[in-house]
Amino acid sequence: MISLKGFLRRFFSDPVAIGAGLVLLVLVLMAVLAPFLAPQNPYDLMQLDIMDSEMPPSWKPGGDPRFWLGTDAQGRGVFSTIMYGTGISLVIGIGAVIVQAVLGVTLGLIAGYKGGWLDSFLMRLADIQLSLSTLMMAIIALALFQAAFDANIYADYAIIMLIMVIGIAEWPKFARTVRSSVLGERKKEYVDAARVIGLPPRKIMWGHILPNTLTPVLVISTIQVAEAIMIEASLSFLGLGMPVDRPSLGSLIRSGFEFIFSGSWWITLYPAIVLVALILALNLLGDWLRDVLNPKLRRGED
Amino acid sequence: MHILAFLIRRAIQAVIVMFVISLVGFSIQDNLGDPLRELVGQSVSEEARDDLREQLGLNDPFFVQYTRFLGNALQGDLGNSYFFKRPALSVILDKFPATFELVLGAVFIFVSLSIPAGIYCAINRDSWLSRIIMSGSIVGISVPVFLTAIGMVWLFGVELGWLPAFGRGDTYELPWGWDTGFLTWDGLSHLILPSITLSSIMLPLFIRLIRAEMMEAMGTEYVRFARAKGLSTRRVRYVHAFRNTLLPVVTVGGLMIGTLIAYTILTETVFQWPGMGFLFLEAVNRVDTPLIIAYIIIVGLIFVVVNTIVDFIYTLINPMVKLPGAKG
Amino acid sequence: MPMLEVQDLHVAFPQGRKSEVEALRGVDLTLEKGERLGVVGESGAGKSMLAFAILNLIAEPGRVSRGRIMFHGQNLLDLSERDIRAVRGNRISMIFQDPMVTLNPVLSIGTQMMETLRAHRRISGAEARRLCIAKLREVAIPSPESRLDAYPHELSGGLRQRVVIAIALLTDPELIIADEPTTALDVTIQAEIMALILKLCRENDVALILITHDLGVVAEATERLMIMYAGKCVETGATGAIINAPHHPYSAGLLRALPQNAARGTRLYQIPGSMPPITALPAGCAYHPRCARATALCKAEIPPLQNGAACFHPLTAPEEVP
Repeated sequence: MISLKGFLRRFFSDPVAIGAGLVLLVLVLMAVLAPFLAPQNPYDLMQLDIMDSEMPPSWKPGGDPRFWLGTDAQGRGVFSTIMYGTGISLVIGIGAVIVQAVLGVTLGLIAGYKGGWLDSFLMRLADIQLSLSTLMMAIIALALFQAAFDANIYADYAIIMLIMVIGIAEWPKFARTVRSSVLGERKKEYVDAARVIGLPPRKIMWGHILPNTLTPVLVISTIQVAEAIMIEASLSFLGLGMPVDRPSLGSLIRSGFEFIFSGSWWITLYPAIVLVALILALNLLGDWLRDVLNPKLRRGED
Repeated sequence: MHILAFLIRRAIQAVIVMFVISLVGFSIQDNLGDPLRELVGQSVSEEARDDLREQLGLNDPFFVQYTRFLGNALQGDLGNSYFFKRPALSVILDKFPATFELVLGAVFIFVSLSIPAGIYCAINRDSWLSRIIMSGSIVGISVPVFLTAIGMVWLFGVELGWLPAFGRGDTYELPWGWDTGFLTWDGLSHLILPSITLSSIMLPLFIRLIRAEMMEAMGTEYVRFARAKGLSTRRVRYVHAFRNTLLPVVTVGGLMIGTLIAYTILTETVFQWPGMGFLFLEAVNRVDTPLIIAYIIIVGLIFVVVNTIVDFIYTLINPMVKLPGAKG
Repeated sequence: MPMLEVQDLHVAFPQGRKSEVEALRGVDLTLEKGERLGVVGESGAGKSMLAFAILNLIAEPGRVSRGRIMFHGQNLLDLSERDIRAVRGNRISMIFQDPMVTLNPVLSIGTQMMETLRAHRRISGAEARRLCIAKLREVAIPSPESRLDAYPHELSGGLRQRVVIAIALLTDPELIIADEPTTALDVTIQAEIMALILKLCRENDVALILITHDLGVVAEATERLMIMYAGKCVETGATGAIINAPHHPYSAGLLRALPQNAARGTRLYQIPGSMPPITALPAGCAYHPRCARATALCKAEIPPLQNGAACFHPLTAPEEVP
């Protein structure tokens, strides 16, 4: 394990980590402060004017100073929709990972601690689910929901559906990681000691083993948020995710895609840049965290 | 393990997976589609509808209905597509060659690039080229495939106009009814952008995987022993080290099949590639239930078949599979 | 001219960005044709490093930073990669420690044997196969013809080590370096494998460098001995002489720690403390923190190798063992 001080020192001596952290910080602040900072509220139909549609960025000829990054086909300011859309993408990404982590950590702990047929059953299930591909399962599940429910009902529940589908489909990644570190921890003396003084298994599991498996959980969480945001964007791009009137970054790109060839490239380009920056920053931070927190993976002479 | 035992075990697994998929397919049909919709119009009275339901067996118990569904499915009858008014299965299978050739193109690209790139980065860990490849790969992992597709269409299709960006181009029908784009220049040029796009998401993953496995193999005792035997560098790298990286690469490759099929849906959508994925999304928008079911069942079948092939290759290249419990 | 002469060999590993640590700190060694030398020391003393350095196989990022390795008057360190390959596995072979990981799991025994032969000899496949079968028979592997098609996991540890020995002998080398060849094996077959190595070396007049941490093994197997401690040779000489009358306190301690030298009913002797890691060597003689005879001089200066022992206060009679 590494001390907080050492952790911060390594962070501030790595330009890639600083850069990724900074990008992430800016994007998160942008999303959180959107209601206060955004020039328009894209959800408020009263503020929209169809006369403002498809305006180029403000520095281009025909641009309007009110809309820094231009407007989309419905007259919404691209900058404002990006601020709100980043928030929705983040909420779904983080929400889905919380579901994954709760499910995965619980099942992983149980599988690793109990062992036996329960362990083999859960791990077999995890294998099958991983090989089926989250995106494929999510596409089919959401396609069915969309076909089964009315568009309005679907729009209302889209966020929850996305969080649940991505959350349930990806639990095996957490479960496997936690299980393998539980197997490692179980052999250690403090677990024996806890057992000897008569602590019930549940207490040992949650109170003693769990805290020691948190490092790998933290590492994969970062990567998983990136993955969840990517899956959400893909689903929304296919029209299976967030509806156009409550757009995530993916649905913004979807709605801009049809205008790209008529010359209104800004509707697609700016959300795309933000989406890639968000995923890249999370992936870089995840890689960095893994290198710093998991000495086993670091190569070196011993 | 004996080859027959392997085949039997795989067959049982395949049957279980297909059983689950058929259950999914059936419950979709049961809950989503209204078979009366395509048979009769809105004007028919409620009693007449009930009669028809009885005739069609829609009031039968679940098990009876499922058995009927399964029996029909086994004969290749998954109902008619509401939109195309043709058997759903044949509608889907008509689009199979397009998707298959797209995947083949992508696999060709990422296999032929990731192996040399991964080996190079493992051997020349600190060279500037490997640094570029490795940082490029993390960027590659972070770009969603539909954005790559849009970028490709915009840059090469529209701005530069070098390559066609939509559709499949001219195809040539082979005697057994397979439409191929491989035999015409037009077909091949239409294939380039979509298959590069589809490979773009797999390429960085495989480069990183091959690099990591190769580095691990290069550090093993048996590679050191191979060098101590005086073997050539080439033989040490490609016979001793690379052979051992193939096992995990094949395993992960098998795990990626589902993801690859999912990405064909995105790629086909952007390039309007007339494949199964494009058709599937259209079917979803039209609530064409028989087509949706047919797609899911075909994808499930592809998944089972490919996984069996991957497992079979794995047993072929891994001498240790024969002995259960042997240490690695 | 001796067959092999290692002079002032240093092996260094980078530590951090600028500094280096030395795993070998100036080792000398000579070996005549057909001679058997034991290299003894605790793990981490640099024994394996010496073995790999001779074949120029130090794992990156380590490197030979100083010294010469003269083999028949030719410095092996000067050879090109191509030329050193003609020596490795051909004129100098190695037997590794753990047969469970020495053989490649995905290649058959036959492949791994024949590739060695064909890397060094221009012979046909059939001829190579015949030679391999003959060698397998020599190392007493039952039904060698069928073993050629077997994979390593189908063989027990003892059989695998026999295969490794057969590979080492395939090319009729002049020298075999055996790096703890029996440590990883089951106790019951250790003696058997050791006897096999010795028998084959004697029969074929092959020189042997036997690396081990077990003084008991070298006593019977070797003619000369080299005791290593923290990357340096602390004592060298005829095996019998050192075992009967060690000069360096460390050699004496090792000998006293042997179970067969302890009187019945007494506690087994143990040298106090442990060997320092190469990253944290004390000044002066590296052994001084554990040595009962250490003086201020030992803490200040590194003792040179004189009369076979690198010690300022060598023992002169066996009774003096601390």
